[in-house]
Amino acid sequence: MIEQNLVLILILLPFIGAIAVSTISVNARNAAAWIAGLVFFGGLVLLVAIYPPISEGRSLHAVINWIPALRLNLSIRIDGFAWMFVGLVLGIGLLVVLYARYYLSKADPVPRFYAFLLAFTGAMIGILVSGNIIMLVVFWELTSLLSFLLIGYWYQNPAARDGARMALIVTALGGVCLLAAMLMLGHVVGSYDLDVVLGSGDLIRAHPLYPAILGLFLIGAFTKSAQFPFHFWLPGAMAAPTPVSAFLHSATMVKAGAFLLVRFSPALGGTEAWFLAVTGTGMATLVIGAMMALFRHDLKGLLAYSTISHLGLITALAGIGSTGAIVAAIFHIANHAVFKASLFMAAGIIDHETGTRDLRRLSGLMRSMPYTGTLAIVASAAMAGVPLLNGFLSKEMFFAEAVGWHNGTWLDNNLPYLALAGSILAVAYSLRFIMQVFFGPPALDLPREPREPVSWMRLPVEFLVLTCLVVGIVPGLSLGPVLNMAAQSVTGPDTPYYSIALWHGFNMPLMMSLIAMVVGTGLYLLLSEWIAKGPEGPPLLHRLRGRDIFDAALLVLSWKWPRLLHRLLGTERLQTQMRLMVLVAIAFATVPLLGALQLGPQRHSTPLDPAFALMWLVGSACAVGAAWQAKYHRFAALILLGGAGLVTCLTFAWFSAPDLAVTQLLVETTTSVLLLLGLRWLPKRNEEIPGDRLVAARIRRLRDLGIALAAGLGMAAIAFVVMTRPAIRNIGDWFLRNAYHEGGGTNVVNVILVDFRAFDTLGEITVLAIVGLSVYALLRRFRPAAESVDTPRQQTSEPLDLKEQMFVPAVLMQWMFPVMIMLAAYFFLRGHDLPGGGFSGGVTLAIGLLLQYIATSVRSLEARLIILPIRWMGAGLLFAGLTGMGAWLFGYPFLTTHAQYVQLPLIGQVPVATAMLFDLGIFALVVGATVLMLIAIAHQSLRAGRGAAQETPNRKQGVAE
Amino acid sequence: MMELVLSLAIGILTASGVWLILRPRTFQVITGLCLLSYAVNLFIFSMGRLTLAQPPILPRGGLVNPELYADPLPQALVLTAIVISFATTALFLVVMMAARGLTGTDHVDGREPDA
Repeated sequence: MIEQNLVLILILLPFIGAIAVSTISVNARNAAAWIAGLVFFGGLVLLVAIYPPISEGRSLHAVINWIPALRLNLSIRIDGFAWMFVGLVLGIGLLVVLYARYYLSKADPVPRFYAFLLAFTGAMIGILVSGNIIMLVVFWELTSLLSFLLIGYWYQNPAARDGARMALIVTALGGVCLLAAMLMLGHVVGSYDLDVVLGSGDLIRAHPLYPAILGLFLIGAFTKSAQFPFHFWLPGAMAAPTPVSAFLHSATMVKAGAFLLVRFSPALGGTEAWFLAVTGTGMATLVIGAMMALFRHDLKGLLAYSTISHLGLITALAGIGSTGAIVAAIFHIANHAVFKASLFMAAGIIDHETGTRDLRRLSGLMRSMPYTGTLAIVASAAMAGVPLLNGFLSKEMFFAEAVGWHNGTWLDNNLPYLALAGSILAVAYSLRFIMQVFFGPPALDLPREPREPVSWMRLPVEFLVLTCLVVGIVPGLSLGPVLNMAAQSVTGPDTPYYSIALWHGFNMPLMMSLIAMVVGTGLYLLLSEWIAKGPEGPPLLHRLRGRDIFDAALLVLSWKWPRLLHRLLGTERLQTQMRLMVLVAIAFATVPLLGALQLGPQRHSTPLDPAFALMWLVGSACAVGAAWQAKYHRFAALILLGGAGLVTCLTFAWFSAPDLAVTQLLVETTTSVLLLLGLRWLPKRNEEIPGDRLVAARIRRLRDLGIALAAGLGMAAIAFVVMTRPAIRNIGDWFLRNAYHEGGGTNVVNVILVDFRAFDTLGEITVLAIVGLSVYALLRRFRPAAESVDTPRQQTSEPLDLKEQMFVPAVLMQWMFPVMIMLAAYFFLRGHDLPGGGFSGGVTLAIGLLLQYIATSVRSLEARLIILPIRWMGAGLLFAGLTGMGAWLFGYPFLTTHAQYVQLPLIGQVPVATAMLFDLGIFALVVGATVLMLIAIAHQSLRAGRGAAQETPNRKQGVAE
Repeated sequence: MMELVLSLAIGILTASGVWLILRPRTFQVITGLCLLSYAVNLFIFSMGRLTLAQPPILPRGGLVNPELYADPLPQALVLTAIVISFATTALFLVVMMAARGLTGTDHVDGREPDA
């Protein structure tokens, strides 16, 4: 149990550290570095603590059930392989933290760097210890995202932005493919659990989906590990700060693809397709990457292509898949991480101290930087595979595997030659790196005077180079046990102990190493002059750059084609869009219903009441009238619209929906007033719009009439067919049975809204609040059209003064105000048991206030208004939310309610439920939002006059003169 | 045959609403949206079938027979829909006002048609 918790802490620690670092001051460079360092160190301590059970060959599991129904669990699983890899990430991470502290300049926002670095580490560990393959993909994409942020750390630099974008697009696309592969895997196996998937290799390989799974899976792994032809993003990512390159692009993230290949080789590997695709790609990448590296002039570019080449080597080993190959792959993952991280750090030091990374300008640095030079030479020797260093051992193992017989395909037969070619090139580029930078005459035109860096910056490199030596000289003692533990967790517990030794006698691999060293040195001596004069990249090949192809494709896909499509298919005309939308809606309803829509055998029918028919005769006339008059007679149309609304409201009342009737009536009132307030700002429409009687316009209207009739007919048909079928008992019954016992109210509709489905209602009132605020914000900068500015004719016409006309209604309305408040309170209080509720109460109060607006002048009311709508809204939302959270105090889920009745003097039994408090929040919010909207719109009549006076003084003066 | 009347009413409201939202003037569109929202609300409501004089308001205590009450679910849904359509109408109205002020026209495209 305690081990499980340790594992959980291990994965959470980096994320917590990231949050902590991101919140501290931008200038707190040391604090950020200390926190990051402590997190990495703490992680390593945890790792040591869980070593005993892991070393026994067990794997530790910790599961948090998340969505069991979807088989989605936060499942953590750490075995020997994952343990070793996590150790590598944390160990190199710790060194990178130290290195970066001295690498980054004072101007850089250091805490941001460490926050990203920590979050990245968390995501990387997440990939390694995920026990659920979907969770693995989530962490996988997270590393892509964070690597984007880290590459783009110097976002002022366009190369960094481009490199970051390219890396993100390539690796994230690969991640999508990986997700598809994992989903298919889960479908085939029937589980997303990693153990189950790894144990079902035979099932997967025999399944018809296997080729598709394999293809998508490999795209995911290859993009991440920069395998040919997806390798081009990695050199672009070298625009990142060097600590990032050392950590992500050599040691950890790019190895995630290799990790995935090794991890899933028991499930997906072992077929000829796997061998050809994985080993083939790996060998191609090995040779091409090494060749590109040899011709690079940029120091980091050379290292980047060398990384690509070494990743190819690991991939090739994973493709071979024998026990020895897996051991070699894991061994090389570790070795490469160590020597390449140290080389990147050395390159960073050179760049930092001299100001350039161009191999043609650098020369003779051994004189000014003897320590750094020595370290870099040892690390390069490891990269080239010189004996007594770690790179030599894993390369020997690779040679042994390449020479061995596997399946007799042409690729298998040619493996030794390809391996030898790659190795020769590796020796050549390593030699070029050393000779150009450290030997020869001292460089004269360097931007800075080279000197040794501060010793703290060199310390990580020293440590890594020491590791190269220790592992290279006493491999069996240093890394042997961990390596075997890791290999056994991949290939199974029966794997024999693989003894790594320095000396195996004069055998084939040793001969190959010797040939590689001799020929590689010769190659360098032969070509060095010529390469230095040549372009950045191998002859001919440098013109064909994956990066350019990528850029061209991106331009076409994200700019040219969308623009073309937009020009061909798009329209900016709203009417066309609406017409298309309606037509599509009609089509979508027609296609499935055509033929299926028919009357049921037993009709469910309610006897006709002539009054109802008469009512709808009026209602329909109102609707058609509104449609007819809306263009030239807006006021008439508005009145007719209100008529249709009233009939709708009566219909609700008629068919046993009192709550709806009340709400509809209140909303109808408010909407009408809102629209009336808006009418003033629309253009006068006394004369006909030109072109309205043209034939084209008539045809357009006729066509729209056809569409409208089709829509109406369809809706009527569907409604009729459904309504005449007997009702199907549904969840409504459950609400009816349980409203009283569970919700403590007798008005079921209200109980549903404030209790059973309170979460929906919370969302709904939030929408209302947002709309209120949007209305307010939109109208703050409102500028009316010039012709609407003057006071309307109706307000100024003599002799009938508006004030005199309105006197009696105004007094009545003022007297009605207390009554309205009573009514609002009444609606609110009875809501849980009888029609009403917070919403109705709120709108009622808002209407009461609105009446005051109509009765008195806007100015005098605004001076006296004590309701501050925005505060009411905020308070309402807060109250509703807090009521919901109150349930947590009693250990219930969000928005659970409690209900009982309370005897109040004079009033009698009053239902008191916590739902009522929620309803109170609704009430306050509705009052606030509605009043805010009404006031904002009504207020414009004041602003307009004032605004016009300010904006057009000349015109006013003209009138006065 | 209340069902027939109501479905015809829904049809007429829909047709008027759809015709209006295809029109070029903002006020026509907002009127159309209101009419369409009546139609849709009635449509959703009618999916619970028509019941006379059986509002979903229970007596206190005891078990109830659900068959004696109107289906509360469509009612609750429509109640939410009424509130949301109110909010959208208000927002649309303000956008309409602002657009008219900015562009000087009440055409839905923000400018008078060319021809």
